[in-house]
Amino acid sequence: MTALLQILFDALSLGSLYALGAIGIALIFGVMRLVNFAHGDYISFCVFALLWPSIDAAAIVFAGQLPAYLLIPIILATGACLSMLSEVLVFRRFRNANPATMMIASFALGFVIKYTLLMLFSSRPKSIDLWSELALPVEILDARIPLLQVITIIITVLILAALVAFLKRTRFGLEMRAAAENFTMARMLGVRANAVILLAFAISGMLAASIGLILVTQTGTVDIQMGSSVMLVAFIATVIGGLGSLPGAVVAGFLIGGISVLMQVILPLEVRPFRDAFVYGAVIVVLIWRPNGLFAPRSAKQRV
Amino acid sequence: MSLLNIKDISVNYGRLSALRNASLTLAKGDTLFVTGPNGAGKSTLLKAIAGVVAPKSGTICFADKNIGGRTPEDIARLGFSMVPEGRHVFGSLTIEENLRLGVGMRDDKDVAERELETIYSVFPMLKDRRYQTAGVLSGGQQQMLVIGRALMANPQLIAIDEPSLGLAPKVIDDVYAVLLKLRDTRGLTLLIVEQSSARATMTGGRMILLRGGEIVLEGDARELTKSDALKAAYFGYGEHH
Repeated sequence: MTALLQILFDALSLGSLYALGAIGIALIFGVMRLVNFAHGDYISFCVFALLWPSIDAAAIVFAGQLPAYLLIPIILATGACLSMLSEVLVFRRFRNANPATMMIASFALGFVIKYTLLMLFSSRPKSIDLWSELALPVEILDARIPLLQVITIIITVLILAALVAFLKRTRFGLEMRAAAENFTMARMLGVRANAVILLAFAISGMLAASIGLILVTQTGTVDIQMGSSVMLVAFIATVIGGLGSLPGAVVAGFLIGGISVLMQVILPLEVRPFRDAFVYGAVIVVLIWRPNGLFAPRSAKQRV
Repeated sequence: MSLLNIKDISVNYGRLSALRNASLTLAKGDTLFVTGPNGAGKSTLLKAIAGVVAPKSGTICFADKNIGGRTPEDIARLGFSMVPEGRHVFGSLTIEENLRLGVGMRDDKDVAERELETIYSVFPMLKDRRYQTAGVLSGGQQQMLVIGRALMANPQLIAIDEPSLGLAPKVIDDVYAVLLKLRDTRGLTLLIVEQSSARATMTGGRMILLRGGEIVLEGDARELTKSDALKAAYFGYGEHH
């Protein structure tokens, strides 16, 4: 029972990260049919914003030493600004280009961000102490669960609830949903394309920033590869969920998190290092079964 | 003073010419029917006004402003409502959400509620199903929804691409009754693409005939439909472009 609970929390907290990443990608895909491969580098960028630029092995903590009530808004704002900047400076120029061109542009932007970070910080992972007290376990029904896992799950649920409220209850949310389904028609009804897209980028950037904060707290390190590993899984989750479907992205994010943790437990010891092969094998099976993903959005079928 | 003034616009899709040197003017409260065979450029004309396709040459003035190169949302906000061909309802949104999108550019909440009630009184079916997603509606019901949605903005000019398509005759009558009432009370200007000339004859107004991307005939709707000129121009009598 306690082991089961432990597995459940492992799965949910890992799935939370994937779900947050997947939504960030799905939001942008929804409004402009762009698969933003720079998303993972937004995560890395936000993580490095905690440090002062230096190529020394030891981290010089910068924003990271601020109290949480300042640090969290600053890092969220960093993510939002970086994301909005990439829309204004890069993606806006490609809005009428074909999806492949936009995707390549996002790859290029990702490399620019990554190598800028490399220049400023070097490629060595650095350790940083961010809210390490959260690693302490709490007892839930006899199981010892790291407090951070509980907080990660709660924060993810809160973010998802806020996002749903935004999409369902506000004018901008309504416009964003309409734009995701049929952008041309939405514009003919007066929906301002630039405003809606910029807002989607801002939200997506903030989601990247929250992933960054959770990752640093979990691992205690700042690493240039951090973003891209989450991004890869999150991207797969958006495809499995049905590209552009937000509920699909969330469900698939948790699904992959769950499967990864489950494989870690049930696979025999000697094949455990090859866990990812089994996880992605399952991904292929799902895609053969449902090529458009679990929740293919209406817009995937018709697009003006 | 004309509300819409189109001068010599041409539209190309790649190397294909869809519209050539089309000119027309519409005064406030006018009714203009656009007719012609498939592929004549009727929808292209509407899309060019809406800002969805960019004309290669020529000017379009609407509400005293040159709208060439403006975005669709800017043009919509000037008071141009468009109902494009192929009902574009937002299928995952509820019927009421679809309608509310139409009123987007107007901030006054009371006005929005009043508009909503007006639309519901015209199409009671929409009110009955207001919280259902629009994707479940039948084709005819979706057509009512998109026309209602376009009217929500209280536009100066409404352009409708084939309003009768897929609607029952009784509903077509209702739709036209609403449009004509708005024309007579608020001075709503109507730009309507119709394949059949019967409706134009009943309603009155002006009519243009497009064929092969050119306006080949223009005149009073009733007189044109009575004469043989329309039929002759429509089918082209053997001369091909």
